[in-house]
Amino acid sequence: MDLQTTTYLVVGLSFALYIGIAIWARAGSTSEFYAAGGAVHPVMNGMATAADWMSAASFISMAGLIANMGYGGGLFLMGWTGGYVLLAMLLAPYLRKFGKFTVPQFIGDRFYSQTASTVAVACLLTASMTYIIGQMTGVGVAFSRFLNVSSDTGIYIGQAIVFLYAVFGGMKGITYTQVAQYIVLIAAYIVPAVFISIALTGNPLPQLGLGSTMSGTDMALLAKLDMVVTELGFGKYTTTTAGSTLNMFVYTMSLMIGTAGLPHVIMRFFTVPTVKDARSSAGWALVFIALLYTTAPAVAAMAKLNLHATVNTAVTKGGDLYAPEASIVAEARPDWMKRWEKTGLLKFTDKNGDGRIQYYNDATKNPEAKAKAEAAGWKGNELTVNADIIVLANPEIALLPNWVIALVAAGGLAAALSTAAGLLMAISSAVSHDLVKGVFAPNISEKNELLAGKIAMAVAIVISGYLGLNPPGFAAGTVALAFGIAASSLFPAIMMGIFSKKMNKEGAIAGMLAGLFITLFYVFAHKGIFFIKGTDFLPMIGGANPFFGITPEAFGAIGALVNFAVAFIVDKFTKEPPEHIQHMVEAVRIPRGSKAVDGAH
Amino acid sequence: MQHNHDVHGYWKATLGLLTKIMIIWFMVSFGAGILFVDIFNNIHLGGYPLGFWFAHQGSIYIFIVLIFYYAKKMGDIDREFDVHED
Repeated sequence: MDLQTTTYLVVGLSFALYIGIAIWARAGSTSEFYAAGGAVHPVMNGMATAADWMSAASFISMAGLIANMGYGGGLFLMGWTGGYVLLAMLLAPYLRKFGKFTVPQFIGDRFYSQTASTVAVACLLTASMTYIIGQMTGVGVAFSRFLNVSSDTGIYIGQAIVFLYAVFGGMKGITYTQVAQYIVLIAAYIVPAVFISIALTGNPLPQLGLGSTMSGTDMALLAKLDMVVTELGFGKYTTTTAGSTLNMFVYTMSLMIGTAGLPHVIMRFFTVPTVKDARSSAGWALVFIALLYTTAPAVAAMAKLNLHATVNTAVTKGGDLYAPEASIVAEARPDWMKRWEKTGLLKFTDKNGDGRIQYYNDATKNPEAKAKAEAAGWKGNELTVNADIIVLANPEIALLPNWVIALVAAGGLAAALSTAAGLLMAISSAVSHDLVKGVFAPNISEKNELLAGKIAMAVAIVISGYLGLNPPGFAAGTVALAFGIAASSLFPAIMMGIFSKKMNKEGAIAGMLAGLFITLFYVFAHKGIFFIKGTDFLPMIGGANPFFGITPEAFGAIGALVNFAVAFIVDKFTKEPPEHIQHMVEAVRIPRGSKAVDGAH
Repeated sequence: MQHNHDVHGYWKATLGLLTKIMIIWFMVSFGAGILFVDIFNNIHLGGYPLGFWFAHQGSIYIFIVLIFYYAKKMGDIDREFDVHED
């Protein structure tokens, strides 16, 4: 069977499975729609959380970025897992005890204020929308390659599927479908990694393979990679940091606290039966996430090595990387490169007209590499590979069988769809429950509330698809922005709501607004107002990364600090929260007396 | 709401546990993986420089252990102060 048919078959089968489950577990009530009736086993919930969590950014984009960044890419690995420790200890059990099913509801009740709840809705919508833009970019990449369409058409197809899927499912359907999606996506990620790890090092576990020696030599894989990339003028793989140590520090911190502040993740902990389950559920989620996250660095390093080995035969054979015959002949380049060229995400231009492909860093600061390239008559780098295609192209680069390539396609789509669905649930519940029912129409019927939620989903999909056509960065970078927004606005408010009995509504509202505003200001200065191209205003704030060289993706941690500081100052000058709120905080802190979630106010 | 329990003592025990775990959480990721990565990179774990290993592998394994340790210890504290769920 040819690759295209195999791909259609595998992707088609996986979709049939999800749709089957969605129909079988159709939601009957609002509580089932938003919180799966509060009855999902912690291990199942952990798996669904993992699928929800690991989006197109984790699956498709992250390893590619790590391959580009090297050691510095570890900020994604630590940031997107370390947040679960915070989530498990600081938020999940208490929010479960609180027993409502949306984040704005908690903030509204704890800070005894409709305004606080509405501000939380605004923060939630901003973070979730930004996140979905990143998903749409990833969906576009996946569909474009596997259906042989342009990346824009890929986004349109993705929009339609995500919509159908989220609108008909509801949380209960989504939870069980996500369990299936987890299994598909993790298999799709690990199978090629195992193949590649065996091929390169003889060790079937990628986590160990990455630390092993190359097959048939006594040179460590990472040492080999370091040698090849530095000789070609790139930064040393195992030590290149992301900007500066300070930037890497705050970037990691932003992702961690953003993880703990993202509403679609927090929502998952409302779906477990007890407080005790909420604690271990975060652990199970992380176990399932770690399977992918500890494999990703191996995928990154090995794909990078394989890519270099594909275009430069001296990488495997040894000898001079700059020898004329080492670079491969363009006409004889492998089929996978031609396939990806059609999507526009891989480009080859023969700058020196020698009919061969030279892939190196032409902007290198390494004088030795520069001299060698000049001596070899290289006239600039001739191959550009979009970081977002590394994972999808990985099995093709390693020349793995067609069914593996098809499986990866199914996995990438599962990752993007499951996360988009989870985010849409968060958006839909915030709009229908916290905004429409909470503010505009308190007497709305359950049926109309569900309808309002579905309309909100549709609007969210259209906007995110539009912005996904012109994304503010790679899928993972865009998603990182969403984490920064959640980190700076929601996380501090929820945390103070639990850990400070005296924090009052004025403090919380001022803090959320300050954190959100300063982070958006910094992000929009770089990426354009609401990510619309051409509306950035960098000169106004003094060029790129003006705040101690911190990049906009990393700014969330600073925004969170501002949030905390403003909240505490305002709190000092306004009156304490009423007695019954302080009692409520005390009650939230102890597990006894937890009950099933209910949506009523 | 039950005031016959030592709510204050329970909360103190909880915060004590959280502080201990967060110190380890910080040390493995921000400490070994970022701030002191160069020092740790002088040591090798198989083909891995150790600092690089903490950033790309080790901190994730330790995070998992931390959460299950926390869940278990909190269960103990719940029972000690008699505030556990039925």
